[in-house]
Amino acid sequence: MIRLIAAFVFGLNAIAANADVAIQELTTPSGINVWLVEEHSIPFVALEINFVGGTALDEDGKRGATNLMMALIEEGSGDMIAQEFQAAREALAATYEFDSYDDGVTISAKFLTENRDQAVALLAQAINQPRFDQDAIDRVRGQVLANIASSAKNPNRIAGEAFYSAAFGDHPYGSDDSGTVETVNALTQDDMFTAHRNALVRSRAYVSVVGDIDAEAVGPMVDQLLAGLPEDGPALPDHVDFGLTGGVTVVPFDTPQSVALFGQAGLKRDDEDFFAAYILNTILGGNGPQSILMEEVREKRGLTYGIYSYLVPKDHAEMWLGSVASANERMVETLDVVMDQWSRVATVGVSQEELDAAKTYLTGEYPLRFDSNQAIAGIMVGMQVEGLPVDYVIHRNDYINAVTLDDVNRVAREILDPEALHFVVVGQPVGLETTE
Amino acid sequence: MFRTLFAALSLLAMPAIAEEVTTFTLDNGMDVVVIEDHRAPVVVHMVWYRRGSADEPLGQSGVAHFLEHLLFKATDNMSSGELSEVVAANGGSDNAFTSYDYTAYYQRVAADRLPLMMQMEADRMVNLRLSAADIATERDVILEERNMRVENNPSALAREQMMAAQYLNHRYGVPVIGWKHEMESLELEDALSFYDLYYSPNNAVLVVAGDVDPNEVRTLADQYYGVIPPEENLPERLRAEEPPQTAARRLTFVDPRVSQPYLARSYLAPERDSGDQRKAAALVYLAEMLGGSPFSSALGTALQFDAQLAVYTGAGYDADKLDDTTFTLSVAPAEGVALSAVEAAMDAAIADFLASEVDPNRLESIRTQLRAGQIYARDNVEGLANRYGAALSQGLTVQDVQDWPAVLEAVTAEDIKAVAAEVLDPKRSVTMWVAASEGELK
Repeated sequence: MIRLIAAFVFGLNAIAANADVAIQELTTPSGINVWLVEEHSIPFVALEINFVGGTALDEDGKRGATNLMMALIEEGSGDMIAQEFQAAREALAATYEFDSYDDGVTISAKFLTENRDQAVALLAQAINQPRFDQDAIDRVRGQVLANIASSAKNPNRIAGEAFYSAAFGDHPYGSDDSGTVETVNALTQDDMFTAHRNALVRSRAYVSVVGDIDAEAVGPMVDQLLAGLPEDGPALPDHVDFGLTGGVTVVPFDTPQSVALFGQAGLKRDDEDFFAAYILNTILGGNGPQSILMEEVREKRGLTYGIYSYLVPKDHAEMWLGSVASANERMVETLDVVMDQWSRVATVGVSQEELDAAKTYLTGEYPLRFDSNQAIAGIMVGMQVEGLPVDYVIHRNDYINAVTLDDVNRVAREILDPEALHFVVVGQPVGLETTE
Repeated sequence: MFRTLFAALSLLAMPAIAEEVTTFTLDNGMDVVVIEDHRAPVVVHMVWYRRGSADEPLGQSGVAHFLEHLLFKATDNMSSGELSEVVAANGGSDNAFTSYDYTAYYQRVAADRLPLMMQMEADRMVNLRLSAADIATERDVILEERNMRVENNPSALAREQMMAAQYLNHRYGVPVIGWKHEMESLELEDALSFYDLYYSPNNAVLVVAGDVDPNEVRTLADQYYGVIPPEENLPERLRAEEPPQTAARRLTFVDPRVSQPYLARSYLAPERDSGDQRKAAALVYLAEMLGGSPFSSALGTALQFDAQLAVYTGAGYDADKLDDTTFTLSVAPAEGVALSAVEAAMDAAIADFLASEVDPNRLESIRTQLRAGQIYARDNVEGLANRYGAALSQGLTVQDVQDWPAVLEAVTAEDIKAVAAEVLDPKRSVTMWVAASEGELK
């Protein structure tokens, strides 16, 4: 039996046109919340599941367990070994993707109306009855170790490793969640069952469904997929402060173009200044060719192909980050420009024109995101993870429009801090050295 | 804003629609494709020019891509960067891309903004106004783009060498972004001569996809693009053809930044030809059968399951090219396995495949997946737009695009065996080993 909590029809005002997205919020018979959009014009369903927790739940000494475990979900379940499972999936032309990141593990699926019951049954088997056969563990372990070796020679990955380990130390955010050669080699079959039991739990599951299916069918479907999982998992990690202070860390690597990852502390997703910061970041470096950093570093000086900044509100830490790549000979000049602009925006702020342009862009772009089943499924699961209500879709542009120039420039003054900005540069940057 | 579920459903009730496509040609020769998708009030507006890097003059590699960047500079009617600013101010996004056979520009925006997009895109088709300063800074930008995509990436550097070895005579052997030394010498007049000749309505394809009415698109296209005179001197698209390959070619690529040794193999292969897509369709199946999925493909089964010789196997076939394309295989050996051993195992698996009957279950499974792929593709109108734009820039017709699913559906075991025997000819192969040191090549 499905209990209908609420159904909304949202008129999403694109500049002049209207999109209607009807989001239904349902509770399945076993008590799992699901967001559904029915779209019957194409005979398939897109499904997104996010279990909050993720690779940050790796136990001590078991770094890489959650990552390896999620890679093994498609490698055999029930009475099917890996090849049998994949042959069954291919015959149904269903796609299942299993992934993990620091704050969650995710399952994305697409399946046809014509064989929906079989595709869901096979996915339920993978989620609830993974085999973790030893030969599959060894085979996928080899792939993970190859990825770890590849990261050790990839300038962007080297920069990330150096940056996050210095920023977060022993917290799970401070190490690569693929694990190290040592920890991955030590992982056992028991570790896989433990990681599975810890990460895939009902109380931390968020589900969205979009496509050729109705509310009556969704409840039993989601219960079939998730009702057999444990109710709760181990405690989530503690909050951690961003631990890097201002300065430069150079990691020597023999390659012609240096890459830089830079950042400072940020703010939480539920901070009352989040929207002001979000707009500020859009102006500073979030909106590609229209951003200040792109104009100053690329358009005026030709120093890079691309420079971007990002607000990164993770579940247990907050950052304001940026990235850029420039030839070794030009990295010093690039970083000077970044510092100048970070300082200028922090002190002088942005203009009313820049704010208006960013608002028009953000409010116009938002409705355009809802243009496919897969996109809508992804947006809805993301909203649930962030704790946003269904009607956020209606009000989101009002939140953007309510931000004033004073708000944005106060946030710029209070949060943007060039003295706190730390740059990790990987390459052979001429004239740049690690600061004390 | 609150309504009940039932009101919502009645509002959304919509007839089941397939991909609805309308095509026509403007009086000046510009081809137009309209794809309707009324689920969201969004439109993708694209202009494709039927020239890419493989059409560049000798010694000017990268000029097609350089010009693509320069098209965001000033015109007689817009300042530098204005087009992108206007798109953003209307809540849209825009970009462009260059490949061997085409250069394309697109915007994704609320459907009622289509006239403005057409006005600006038509403007930069003819009114570009470049300065010396534009050239200097933007050349630095494309050199940094090459640094990022190629110079900092040993696999990309290796791929360039492999393509150069594969194509002795055809321009597919030259990278789209250009050779670095030629990019450094690109000048204003190089970009302008490419622009003046090839950026013309009779060399372009307009694709409009989304919440639009084809009749209105036609009226707008006539208004904005139809007034641009055709280029009377548009040259015929002639390219140096690749000669028959009669000897296997081998190369080794060493770069200390390589983390995982691997081998790559390519064979010259036929592409989709207008009215004759059957071989290409069979090659799509062949790629799936040899290396599509590690769990079920011939290489995956032999090298990753029956024996633990590889951590990666794959096969690729690029059906969408104007001229002869490539069929590729790649294998990354497991820890402690030599490249020579993994190549021998790959060749044995290919020989086994050629000597055996096609597994009917595999054939039907791939057929089902390709059919499903057509259904999933309808969820992405931009992907459909790309399909038509690329095809029409590569010598195919709208009819070819619409026939393609049926041609794929009709592939038989015999077709696959025939193309496998034709294409997987060692004399027509290029094999590359990639490693961090000479020692790893042993």
